[in-house]
Amino acid sequence: MTIDLANINVILATDCGSTTTKAILIEKVDGEYRQTYRGEAPTTVEKPFANVTIGVTNAVTEVAELAGRQLTNEDGTIKSPASGSDGCDLYISTSSAGGGLQMMVAGVIAEMTAASAKRAALGAGAIVMDVISSNDKRRPHEQIQRIRELRPDMILISGGTDGGTTEKVVQLAELIAPAKPQPRFGSEYEMPIIFAGNKMAADEVEATLQEDWIDLAVVENLRPKLEQENLGPARDKIHDVFLEHVMAHAPGYDMLMDWTDADIMPTPGAVGDILQTIAKKENINVVGVDIGGATTDVFSVFDETFNRTVSANLGMSYSISNVCAEATMANVLRWVHFDMDERQLRNRVKNKMIRPTTIPQSLESLIFEQAVAREALRLAYKQHKEFATTLKGVQQQRTVGDTFSQQTGGNTIVDNMKLNLLVASGGVLSHAPSMNQTAMMLVDAFEPEGCTNLAKDSIFMMPHLGVLSAVHPEAAAQVFERDCLIYLGTCIAAKGLGKIGKPCFKWALTGDVNASGTCNFGDIELIKLGPDQTATMTCEPARGFNLGAGNGKKVSHDIRGGTVGLIIDGRGRPLGLPEDRQQCQMSMKTWVENMALYETICQDEKMEQAVVTA
Amino acid sequence: MANAYTPGLKVTNRMAHTIVRMLPIKGDVMVQVGDKVNADKIVAATYMPGDVYPLNMANFLAVPPKDVASLMLCKEGEKVKKGDPLAETAGIFGKFKKKYNSPYAGTVETVSEVTGQVILRGPDIPVEVKAYVKGTVTEVNPEIGCTIETDVAFIQGIFGIGGETCGPVKLAVQDCDETLTAANITSEMKGCIVIGGARLTYESIEAARKAGVAALIGGGMDDQDLKEFLGYDLGVAITGSEKKGITVILTEGFGDIAMATRTFDLLKRFEGHEASVNGATQIRAGVMRPEIIIPLEAGDYEEKSEDVGGQLDIGLPLRIIRDPYFGMIGTVTALPAEPHVLGSGSKARVLEVKLNSGESVIVPRANVELIEA
Repeated sequence: MTIDLANINVILATDCGSTTTKAILIEKVDGEYRQTYRGEAPTTVEKPFANVTIGVTNAVTEVAELAGRQLTNEDGTIKSPASGSDGCDLYISTSSAGGGLQMMVAGVIAEMTAASAKRAALGAGAIVMDVISSNDKRRPHEQIQRIRELRPDMILISGGTDGGTTEKVVQLAELIAPAKPQPRFGSEYEMPIIFAGNKMAADEVEATLQEDWIDLAVVENLRPKLEQENLGPARDKIHDVFLEHVMAHAPGYDMLMDWTDADIMPTPGAVGDILQTIAKKENINVVGVDIGGATTDVFSVFDETFNRTVSANLGMSYSISNVCAEATMANVLRWVHFDMDERQLRNRVKNKMIRPTTIPQSLESLIFEQAVAREALRLAYKQHKEFATTLKGVQQQRTVGDTFSQQTGGNTIVDNMKLNLLVASGGVLSHAPSMNQTAMMLVDAFEPEGCTNLAKDSIFMMPHLGVLSAVHPEAAAQVFERDCLIYLGTCIAAKGLGKIGKPCFKWALTGDVNASGTCNFGDIELIKLGPDQTATMTCEPARGFNLGAGNGKKVSHDIRGGTVGLIIDGRGRPLGLPEDRQQCQMSMKTWVENMALYETICQDEKMEQAVVTA
Repeated sequence: MANAYTPGLKVTNRMAHTIVRMLPIKGDVMVQVGDKVNADKIVAATYMPGDVYPLNMANFLAVPPKDVASLMLCKEGEKVKKGDPLAETAGIFGKFKKKYNSPYAGTVETVSEVTGQVILRGPDIPVEVKAYVKGTVTEVNPEIGCTIETDVAFIQGIFGIGGETCGPVKLAVQDCDETLTAANITSEMKGCIVIGGARLTYESIEAARKAGVAALIGGGMDDQDLKEFLGYDLGVAITGSEKKGITVILTEGFGDIAMATRTFDLLKRFEGHEASVNGATQIRAGVMRPEIIIPLEAGDYEEKSEDVGGQLDIGLPLRIIRDPYFGMIGTVTALPAEPHVLGSGSKARVLEVKLNSGESVIVPRANVELIEA
């Protein structure tokens, strides 16, 4: 479809999530695209509705009511094109409803081609259910049993560099053919299998997978050489198959696909696209996180290399119980500055799991949820760092200087000291009552080092802008710049450990705000530096501490303000909390006070109680 | 929001219920339209392809992969017993032959000339699908399964463990707010669907399991007890496949919470009736809640109850499903349009509830579910 970009004045975008469908309206105001209204409604892919378009119409109706613009026709379809004060010129959508895109991937060696296949699938926005490889320590019949148990939407097979092993690649196909995995969408569904491995093995793989229940597609090898990844063709094919097969079988998506003016994208794929665009445009390293009810997605772009991980069972509602089980309740409670009854908390966690749409009403409940969020984010980032590595299996050229270095490739490329921008999204971060809370959750969980800008996606608009950037890059860039990100401020944090109360670094601030001081080890301070303010910060770290220039070396950064301000973090890296519960509570209490996390709320709570009593 | 839909769990005296019973793969359907079936009647059966054993024959025989097919003593499609010779090398002048005996019983499925791998398929696995609920077969989908219809009293639980089972309903307590203890469990409850009131204690669940109780239904239980009973901490709410010898269903949630009066009274009324229950719960993507189904005879309890769940409105009874008022029941007294700042500091759309205690509280709309009067 050809879209005349010059005549687009009103854009409607929806994101159909597992729980909520979010709609935004973008309008041309004084020659610039701005996000103007937003609405949401429960997603309706489940029974009794079983039609995603009902939720879409409800969310769009809310936007229409707020905007005073008729956006739907009488039959619920989207009114297009815009005419006067009604309708829209462009309608686009992303989706992660119904569990998103679920894939199984296979490769010959777990750390090489299988890892590349996993990266391709994750990059395309999929949830990877399992990775099968020749060396995954399972016996072949166990692998087959596993494949039989899974219900993927599609399978990606890689393996072998071009001209490399054929036998091992065909062996993978020989595991899949007899296993005959059952698709989620019933026995009539043809299982799409994408082969992106050794091109010499393609014919034999095709012969092995010649079954009536398989729809095989062969694309370019995603790892043609050990030192080269070529993920693009596999990612594109995954996206095509997602639209042709998966979306077509999800309830109501055939209608939704007719409504949209561009292909529906998987939500995480769209977020990845917009983050890569920003990183490239600004020439910076970015980490983005989206914490949802069931999963936590982490995206990173370091030195132009994009990585995405999905932590499938780390989330704030459906998976909250798993976060507590994986992190342990003791680790969750170290972020809470008062006593809580563990037995009662366990029941609360399970009640949230079985009734995932409830929200914290009391302050105590909020503080506990934010403690769980810190652990979910910490675990998800840990998994991301372990996954986002340099290519494994690449021969390294060594010099005499490397004699004592045991690095063999496969090291994480995530370097918190090089991180420039950390972007938060997802309910618990985006909807936190105070932005100080959002900033503190990010700092505690991600432990940024040196100088890092913190931002949040104002209303989880990145998915919408990701798909918009593919259709109308100019509109996407303008809205992203002006309406999407809310800058929280900057975090200055020293790497290293010391003694509590001893100097960590001296700092001086000049510019819109002038101040100076010494940050002691174990302290955290907040300096007001507004959204439009900037300053230059000079820091002199004490011996054993690094702020980006090396141990004890003076460093200077241009600082950007934000709604929270400048966070001066002397708690050291890696961040350790006192093991003794009482001491830990005291430290947390001080940090909560210094960061003004819950001050305004306590006043509101008193007011609310007064209102109810009256 | 365009539609403020507040779902509630289904609890109904009488409704027409349709159950589709399907085989995972094609097979034989053993009933016909019009047949009356009991819960334990096998309505469809088939054989699942057996387990698959890949054998790296080229490696075992130390020959190139392309030679494997010619050395096979059993060809594709032939059956072998465990220990039967499967392949043999030619040897040198007929001597020093290398033989490979089958480590499993099964059928030779494929022999690959590329990898030298032999795929051996184990014996077929029988699969049987029972009717699960007493009723009448109204539709047969040849080779796939059938549809059974019947009038039932139906109760949806909030969380459960364990799969399908059936048995007569038996009360173990007299009131819906009574905690179930091990002392309430007796040997006559073997094979029964036993009803507790409020919290199910760990000891009571263990006692019920030992007594051979088919299923235990209660208002709530402590998560700590669930962990102890399962032997692990349940991370994600996908249940139903636990092999604990008993199905457990909670109707309200976790903690010390009484079963809703209406649910308890309904179960009490059907004491002695056969019930079919399933603890399988899945919260995400294809929501599945545990169920208690009591088939009714024609003429039994003709009055039908209204469905709950729908638009919030003033005067409607509801239950609060989140702390600090978790489990409390009241009536909607106001639905302010403007978002309200909660104690947590979040802004949300709220409603005002008059609790049964007489106290008025403000609660987020997301934290309530409608119940029947």
